[in-house]
Amino acid sequence: MQSALTAIRVIDCGPGTTLQDRGRFGYRRFGVSTAGAMDRSSAAIANALVGNMQESACVEFQMTGGRMAVEGGTLTIALAGAKSSLSIGGRQVPVGQSALAKSGEIIRIGPARKGVFAYLAVAGGFDLEPEMGSLSFHRRSKMGGEALKSGDRLPVKETNNSELLIVESPTPRSGPIRIVAGPQVDSFKPGELNRFCSGRYIVRPDSDRMAFRLSGPNIEHSGDANIISDGVLPGSIQVPGEGIPIVLMRDCQTTGGYPKIATVISADLDRLAQTAPNEAVRFSPVSLDEAIAAAREANEWLQRLLATIRPLAAEPSTEFLLRANLIDGATDGS
Amino acid sequence: MIQGQIRLRPCGDSAVTIEFGDRIDERLNERVVALEDAVNEARLPGIIECVPTYRSLLVHIDPLLAKHDSLLAELRRLAIEARPNLRNGQLWKVPVLYGGNHGVDLGRIASGHGMSEEKVVSIHSGSTYRVYMVGFMPGFTYLGGLDPRLATPRRRVPRNLIPGGSVAIGGAQAAITSNPSPSGWHLIGRTPVRCFDPDRASPFLFEVGDSVSFEPIGTDAWDQLRQRSAAGEIVATCSPH
Repeated sequence: MQSALTAIRVIDCGPGTTLQDRGRFGYRRFGVSTAGAMDRSSAAIANALVGNMQESACVEFQMTGGRMAVEGGTLTIALAGAKSSLSIGGRQVPVGQSALAKSGEIIRIGPARKGVFAYLAVAGGFDLEPEMGSLSFHRRSKMGGEALKSGDRLPVKETNNSELLIVESPTPRSGPIRIVAGPQVDSFKPGELNRFCSGRYIVRPDSDRMAFRLSGPNIEHSGDANIISDGVLPGSIQVPGEGIPIVLMRDCQTTGGYPKIATVISADLDRLAQTAPNEAVRFSPVSLDEAIAAAREANEWLQRLLATIRPLAAEPSTEFLLRANLIDGATDGS
Repeated sequence: MIQGQIRLRPCGDSAVTIEFGDRIDERLNERVVALEDAVNEARLPGIIECVPTYRSLLVHIDPLLAKHDSLLAELRRLAIEARPNLRNGQLWKVPVLYGGNHGVDLGRIASGHGMSEEKVVSIHSGSTYRVYMVGFMPGFTYLGGLDPRLATPRRRVPRNLIPGGSVAIGGAQAAITSNPSPSGWHLIGRTPVRCFDPDRASPFLFEVGDSVSFEPIGTDAWDQLRQRSAAGEIVATCSPH
């Protein structure tokens, strides 16, 4: 059990380390971006492993890892998302499990070996005051305080939840990122959507939580490269005048003045977010109906995965044992 | 034909843009506002939130909760039926200290258009503007109604940081900025009014459809109003339109 004074203190972390929950909704009409976890499914898994609501705030690590000290009590924690490593007081914690971290122990998250964003969830969640309904940090507007830095103390809510849990290893989808044409595909020359979908793009290193900038075949407008500003959302693929496609991500602004050739379907946004700088990405077109079906399938996939969560002490299924052997990283066999 | 001008443009499975036309026009913006009210009133399942812009409404959708086909049909029906003037906007009088350190581009705008700074101020403060959209940053207020004599293309090289409360010109548009931000707009003055104050009961001052006019003030009034604004007071005056 943990007392009201339990907290984690940041010893060190990368500049892209922030608190993120599902996001800040209801204020986009006033120019307030939602922000929120770049990979929602992974944040949901980390939260479920410590008995939190799937939408609770996690510490989001971007590429870099970090170290944190536990203060004042024992915490149940879990890590999910980018392939990295978690150790507590020098003990390696296997992938897909929650673990106890005692007062005075150091939690160490390794840098991402594959993927970009890793999520650290803490049972009970963080005892912080939400800003406009959310703890998510948004860099440009400074909503949600500051990015995390050395010395920050994150108080944790009191909870009795200390059961250790394990989830089966997810088998994520692979293949091209699926898109739906529009809303302004008619602002481009005929054939440009095909060119976009047959091209190989590289995620540029100056990509961030706001937008993934792509290098690859440039896309040509049919006329003016400006439209009268209208609403945008995470997944909007806007093309400014020089023809380089930009995929807007969770920190994107609420409105924009560039034509949008297509929109990444919601089911594939998490996967795109985990594409590291300099990695290749391809796009393939689907219909709106297929995009809606994919959203439902992605949700069913996540809920099926979360349904495999069971106490660590319980007897594992044969299927689980078979899969566990395929998990990358340490398995302590206990 | 009103119906012929309405276009629903799906933005993937999580949003749809409903367009009333392709120009900056008060009539179109009035219909956007009317549609937003109608959508909010209808409480359709699966709608997360709406974002009104110059000539279109973006409706954010939860694809797991929405029945897309019937939702799009219903949105189209509401768009066809949306009649302006359902919402009576407020009329705001916003104090502005023009020029000097508070409006570093006033001189350049004046000389660029071959007029005196006083003339720019008199034209700018002599017009009434419509709030067309709030976007870019929390509370950043886009205004239509700039006198064409003051229209000025945006800076080729944006500034890294402009102060909040800047009264600005960008192309044919005017704006009141909120938080400090990068910007390519020209700064002709500054208001002590805060478009966005998270500590206020209503953090956002202006609604799409409101009207704004500017009132020139001197440095003494600026100092006084700024203190009151910092204490949480709304230092713009407001009357029903």
